Amino acid sequence: MIERPETAVPSITQRNLEGYVGFANLPNQVYRKSVKRGFEFTLMVVGESGLGKSTLINSLFLTDLYSKDYPGPSQRIKKTVQVEQSKVLIKEGGVQLTLTIVDTPGFGDAVDNSNCWQPVINYIDSKCEDFLNAESRVNRRSMPDNRVHCCLYFIAPSGHGLKPLDIEFMKRLHDKVNVIPLIAKADTLTPEECQLFKKQIMKEIQEHKIKIYEFPDTEDDEDNKLIRKIKEKMPLAVVGSNVVIEVNGKKVRGRQYPWGVAEVENGEHCDFTVLRNMLIRTHMQDLKDVTNNVHYENYRSKKLAAVTCNGVDTTKTKGQLTKSPLAQMEEERREHVMKMKKMEAEMEQVFEMKVKEKKQKLKDSEAELERRHEQMKRNLEAQYKDLEEKRRVFEDEKNNWEAQQRILEQQKLDASKTMEKNKKKGKIF
Amino acid sequence: IGNPVVGCGGSTLLGYIGIDTIIEQMRKKTMKTGFEFNIMVVGHSGLGKSTLVNTLFKSQVSRKSAGWARDEKIPKTVEIKSVSHVIEEGGVKMKLTVVDTPGFGDQINNDNCWEPISKYINEQFEKFLKEEVNITRKKRIPDTRVHCCIYFISPTGHTLRQLDMEFMKRLSHSVNIIPVIAKADTMTIEERQEFKQRVRKELEMSGIEFYPQKEFDDDMEDKSDNDKIRETMPFAVVGSDKEYQVNNKRVLGRKTAWGIVEVENPNHCEFAQLRDFLIRSHLQDLKEVTHNIHYETYRAKRLNDNGGLHPISTNGTHDSNL
Repeated sequence: MIERPETAVPSITQRNLEGYVGFANLPNQVYRKSVKRGFEFTLMVVGESGLGKSTLINSLFLTDLYSKDYPGPSQRIKKTVQVEQSKVLIKEGGVQLTLTIVDTPGFGDAVDNSNCWQPVINYIDSKCEDFLNAESRVNRRSMPDNRVHCCLYFIAPSGHGLKPLDIEFMKRLHDKVNVIPLIAKADTLTPEECQLFKKQIMKEIQEHKIKIYEFPDTEDDEDNKLIRKIKEKMPLAVVGSNVVIEVNGKKVRGRQYPWGVAEVENGEHCDFTVLRNMLIRTHMQDLKDVTNNVHYENYRSKKLAAVTCNGVDTTKTKGQLTKSPLAQMEEERREHVMKMKKMEAEMEQVFEMKVKEKKQKLKDSEAELERRHEQMKRNLEAQYKDLEEKRRVFEDEKNNWEAQQRILEQQKLDASKTMEKNKKKGKIF
Repeated sequence: IGNPVVGCGGSTLLGYIGIDTIIEQMRKKTMKTGFEFNIMVVGHSGLGKSTLVNTLFKSQVSRKSAGWARDEKIPKTVEIKSVSHVIEEGGVKMKLTVVDTPGFGDQINNDNCWEPISKYINEQFEKFLKEEVNITRKKRIPDTRVHCCIYFISPTGHTLRQLDMEFMKRLSHSVNIIPVIAKADTMTIEERQEFKQRVRKELEMSGIEFYPQKEFDDDMEDKSDNDKIRETMPFAVVGSDKEYQVNNKRVLGRKTAWGIVEVENPNHCEFAQLRDFLIRSHLQDLKEVTHNIHYETYRAKRLNDNGGLHPISTNGTHDSNL
């Protein structure tokens, strides 16, 4: 929410109440309203492939956002850096969180990684721009907040210091988004190496004047102590895992090595619990506030200054801040109509496609029937021919037999004739 | 002694001559002259190259120990730094040269970062060739050719990176490449197996032949030995030069909050296998393949280009026969 600039208020006197009024209940009302509305949080993870980003996200939110079937970087080798987002709705204790994870596969993986941060910057800027436009519309009923609230940057555990790519990236993004550097796969480092590495990184961060996310000081002393402890541990060294292993009778999440089990939630093994508590339990709202009040305002003032300075927006002309409300409404109506038309066209297309499919299917089944008909006909013909053949054979046999009979008869006749002849002959004699 | 020895024509000799003592004579000679071995380590910074080399040769032989600071700045271009030591064991002297390549793969734009390395390797071949082609040759040509290049693969757990493939494709024909998976204590045993399989498949599909190359197996015995080795490559290694006490033994290892990774324990990592392979069984073979195959390839190309066998001019302009 944007704070309206406060008008100068003349001296405010503090009064003591003489009875219970009841506005102490305000926080509860706010709480109930926000719970009903639900929360949104957008988290971006950046780092080279193979640093355990997906595993860490799964461990943080105890879900399988990146399941085993999700194609890993080995199959997702892209030539340029892509920015992908996945939304998931998590519910806990009646509170609903729409979590958007923005992933950047391909970051730092190519041989030439110059400007691999550009797609990331473009994405963040485009989300801020969307919000800016949504804010400037006449109809502001639904204003989804897709701005990136936090960027987790994964540093490879080399043990030496930051790489040139790390420094470049953080320098370019520290005034656009809250950058939280993390040491990935921290189970590679022994405790001493980890300490040295952290010191080296912090030194380099200060050298290059990189502004990473700072935890705000609160009025509570206890909280301040905790915050100071967290600050000492920056950058946080994390290990991720969702595999449950049994250690000394207890079930813990960790990684099983032949020499021991690295426990994810053990504060002495890694800083995962610190990260989780900080990110989700204590500072989520603060991250959103800083994004809104600092980074977004930076973007907005830069954008508006560019427009008013030149009179012509040198960046993409998507912002229509100088049009009158009526023109704005007209524009919105046109947009809506176009959207409807597009949907209509799409549905027509789908319908046509379905009709074609059905026709094709019918044709296919017709062809199939024809084929079967042909086949049966051929079968019948074959059978017919077969029978013909048999009949012919039979006829032949019959004829043969008849011929034979005739011959026999002939013979008989002959025989009787000769007998008669003989008889006649005999009579003469 | 006194076994019937079969001569060349298949005839058995009538008594013991003593031909087999030549092995002993060779041994004495080589012990006197000593060996030279040049090993190059390539990989981007932070993969434990120097530590591994120190662990391999059980002494502080990497450039890091020779006076360079631990947190020195990453150089802007790939540099070639070589450090030589003479180490002795059992009367055998070895002049070991470790060639390091700081800056490889560390920049934002790593295009052609393999070129300085390729140039260096060819320069060593060139030096040797020049000496060989000279009219009056030295008695023993100093051998600075790179016998073995250990390439460190980052343990991402997914696949090889583009840079890895590019490098190995371009250099597998001029030098023996032995890929190893660095910092193997990042991965659990199952992750390691999967990763190795994927890496091997990728290498096979791209036609990259790492040492021991299949085409150079001499006989069936070699082939079966090398096949076994090729099945377990790339070796997943962990290096360390610190000692800890484990079960009343002093072992080299890395101490973490959940256990001690023992470097020489075959259940923890494959360092012992790499060391045996590299030093105890295939050291001489590495040198021979470098001399008989890689060097000969270079020489043939070079002499063909020059159009004949004349001594190469010594004005120091090498064409890189890439």
